[in-house]
Amino acid sequence: MRFLCSTFVFLFLAACSRPPTNVETGARDQVLHLGNGAEPQSLDPHLATSVGAHHILAALVEGLVGEHPIDLRPINSGAAKSWISETNTIDQVIYELTDVEGNQTLKNLKVNAKSHNQVVFTFNLREKARWSNGDPVTAGDFAYSYRRMLNPGLAAQYAYMLHVFNNAKLFHEGRKCEGLWLLPKKGEPTRRAHVAHPAKWEKLDAVGRHRALQSLRPEKENKDAVCPFCKKKLEPLDWEDWGRAKVGVEALDERKLRLTLENPTPYFLELLNHYSFWPVHQKTVENAGARERRDRPWARPGTFVGNGSFTLDEWSINARIVARRNPNYWGWSEANGTLQAIHFYPIDSVDTEERAFRAGFLHNTQTVPPHRLDSLRANHPNELHIDTYLGVYFYRLNTKPPKSHPKGEPWPLADRDVRRALALAINREELIKHVMKAGQQPAYYFTPRGTGNFFARDQFKYDFKEAIREAKRLIAGYLEREGLKEMPKIELKFNTSESHKKVAVAIQQMWKSELGIKNVVLDNQEWKVFLKTTELMNYEIARAGWIGDYNDPNTFLDMWVTDGGHNNTGWSSEHYDELIKLAAAESDQKKRFEYFHECEKILGEEMPMIPIYIYVSSSLRHPSVRGWHPTVLDHHPYKYVRLEE
Amino acid sequence: MLRFILMRILQAVPVLFVIASLTFFMVRLAPGGPFTEEKTIPKEIQERIEKHYGLDQPLWKQYLNYMGNLVQGDLGPSFKYPDFTVGELIRRSFPVSLQLGLAALAIALALGLPAGIIAALRKNTLLDYLPMSTAMMGICLPTFVMGPLLILIFSSGLGWFSPLGWYTWGDMILPSLTLGLYYAAYIARLTRGGMLEVLNQDFIRTARAKGASESRVVLKHALKGGMLPVVSFLGPAFAGLISGSFIIETIFFIPGLGRFFVAAAFNRDFTMVIGTVLFYATLIILLNLLVDIIQAWLNPRTRLE
Repeated sequence: MRFLCSTFVFLFLAACSRPPTNVETGARDQVLHLGNGAEPQSLDPHLATSVGAHHILAALVEGLVGEHPIDLRPINSGAAKSWISETNTIDQVIYELTDVEGNQTLKNLKVNAKSHNQVVFTFNLREKARWSNGDPVTAGDFAYSYRRMLNPGLAAQYAYMLHVFNNAKLFHEGRKCEGLWLLPKKGEPTRRAHVAHPAKWEKLDAVGRHRALQSLRPEKENKDAVCPFCKKKLEPLDWEDWGRAKVGVEALDERKLRLTLENPTPYFLELLNHYSFWPVHQKTVENAGARERRDRPWARPGTFVGNGSFTLDEWSINARIVARRNPNYWGWSEANGTLQAIHFYPIDSVDTEERAFRAGFLHNTQTVPPHRLDSLRANHPNELHIDTYLGVYFYRLNTKPPKSHPKGEPWPLADRDVRRALALAINREELIKHVMKAGQQPAYYFTPRGTGNFFARDQFKYDFKEAIREAKRLIAGYLEREGLKEMPKIELKFNTSESHKKVAVAIQQMWKSELGIKNVVLDNQEWKVFLKTTELMNYEIARAGWIGDYNDPNTFLDMWVTDGGHNNTGWSSEHYDELIKLAAAESDQKKRFEYFHECEKILGEEMPMIPIYIYVSSSLRHPSVRGWHPTVLDHHPYKYVRLEE
Repeated sequence: MLRFILMRILQAVPVLFVIASLTFFMVRLAPGGPFTEEKTIPKEIQERIEKHYGLDQPLWKQYLNYMGNLVQGDLGPSFKYPDFTVGELIRRSFPVSLQLGLAALAIALALGLPAGIIAALRKNTLLDYLPMSTAMMGICLPTFVMGPLLILIFSSGLGWFSPLGWYTWGDMILPSLTLGLYYAAYIARLTRGGMLEVLNQDFIRTARAKGASESRVVLKHALKGGMLPVVSFLGPAFAGLISGSFIIETIFFIPGLGRFFVAAAFNRDFTMVIGTVLFYATLIILLNLLVDIIQAWLNPRTRLE
């Protein structure tokens, strides 16, 4: 007993001599301590899939261009010293899949030759750029990286980001037959070179070609798809097909990299700051046998080779990742950052993270618990930062009844007026003031304002009383058309979370009190179950959020194209699809924005989803952190960051 | 004795087999898979990833493959963390949970046993009521209240300890205390009950009649019998302690097994779920065996047959 007591007293006293906190030692040693949300799945830039991974990779790897620390505009602070872009006009043969009259006869099939503007970027890499093992960073490294990322064998989740390169989609998703030319899986083959069995193809007339292409339409595509010419099973492309696919990625010499784009893509340089475009060290990946394998861990301390301003020093899973200053990095002479190391902590509990900050354990938190906002505003006004963020919170509306829905029963969400009425009857200002509390922006449009300098217009903003009158009128009209006395039951699904629940309850109440819809049922589901439900479209209204992948309206608006991977509402508009295509092919930014405004207008009228608010990123940051600016993507180039006493 | 242990270990094999099989099929029944994400990936890519992990094969084949690997001691790769295998993740995080569990157990025993013994000896006095009502509060107060409360007092208030992490010896104190106090409360109540029962028995009266000192009566004669309920409680409790506590590990940001155990289920990290369940099951079986052996030693009336 006495022994135990003395042990306790000893332990207590030992602990009482409190060591200095991370923030206190941070300024002295220039070590930055960051809360970083969930543990990253992988630090292989080609397999990483999370915002948290981006924060770490931004220290370890460097893309072709850099980001300006204040507004993230692409600047030549990356691996490329300079670049030029030129536009070439090329002739292109288009086999149109619908006929001129718009009906299904094949006789009037058009074969068009169309000139097409092709944008070519040539990047000059720095002589001084080095990998962390001392090897020079070459154009070949980038070409190798893009080839690996796009190679179907790796099955990289974000490979579609690289579809901006000419023919990249073809290499990534195409099919081949007997080592001959390639047949794209989706869309029309627009270039002769991509057609299998060119000799046979040449002999076909327009109808024959149309038929051949029809047999390759995505809806007919399956694992057992066969070549229309030789009837052999089609295979995905592989590593060796890279050259034949003529992907627009070419290392001209050690330092010169030429990238040819499929479409003009005015936001291409911004795109290069997504980690899917960042390079891997060829020798390291090859030595690990990780070219096409996910389970060959090379991206770990000891084996990781990066070209960023920091190197990977420690990865203690669920505890911390330590990145240490890379002395081989070319840019230390130009950047004024003084950090020696960065510690990333995967703290997924927001309350724990906030406590960690207050105890001086962290310099910067990933987020702030919403219920603590009021108190933090009062007590830590200088440390609480609330900045705009490229993300929108919205509700998907299922415009098509699922198969399980009894036939003959009404499906109110198929009606445009009902969808609009529901959107109008949400008092977003009140919701933000009383429920969200962090100063989010009410969303009367879909694309957050300022995304790539695009400012969406309000699509359905009225004085709230007027909005309610309009909403009531729309609902009354619907009830009359359908011969109903009151609105049928509507179910609102969300993934289990306290804040989603609060929003849902508030909106349920608004619909009840403002529109008299009594029967709105709330249903929460565990995250993965919820994702499956949404994917299978087994819902009426489902919560959703979308964070932009890059700083351009396209990342928000192209999700609503017909059968888009994230559409999941059954909504479709030919005009909308056309506008997105036009915007993709347009190099004049002003015209592109006009197309996007038109898209926003269609969304506002058709309302396949209800935008609710635009996200903010809220964080706590210690005043000693300098050179850290609020940015819409929450990127903060570390080489400019300093810690001052 | 040896035969008993061997028998029990042999019995454990089919139990573990059933647990592995049930878990294997149950995790696959849950909707959503390891690669279901909010930003959905093209179906073809998803299929290729699934093929990579053999998830495209019929379920019975996946099962046979998994079991085949399991027999060779291979728990497979983690789907969530492709850079790590399940075995490696358990190897890395278990020692942390073990340290936390042992420290908590030490605290629980150091506080619970004396409190229980004193309460039993001074039945119906202040020395009984006080520790017992404190213990009742300890049982009622869940760890997710106790943890932040201790942080509030000792970290935010007095500034003695770091509120999170597992980096220095000092970091161990608050989490072990949070976890230990909860078990200490149980142990105190069980010890008191066990002791009261034993203290009323004839052999204690005999010992006292022989003139044995009070401390000898309590520590030498009564304690052994009084400990019985505590020991049978400790087996599964200890397994629970050292296989990690999700709540404590989350509150204090400790890289232990408990966080993996729960997160794996949410992530549908199939192999990780089965791996951690099997690991936990093995621990429980081994510790229960240990409890049986200790009980036989404490109480000669039970025989190891």
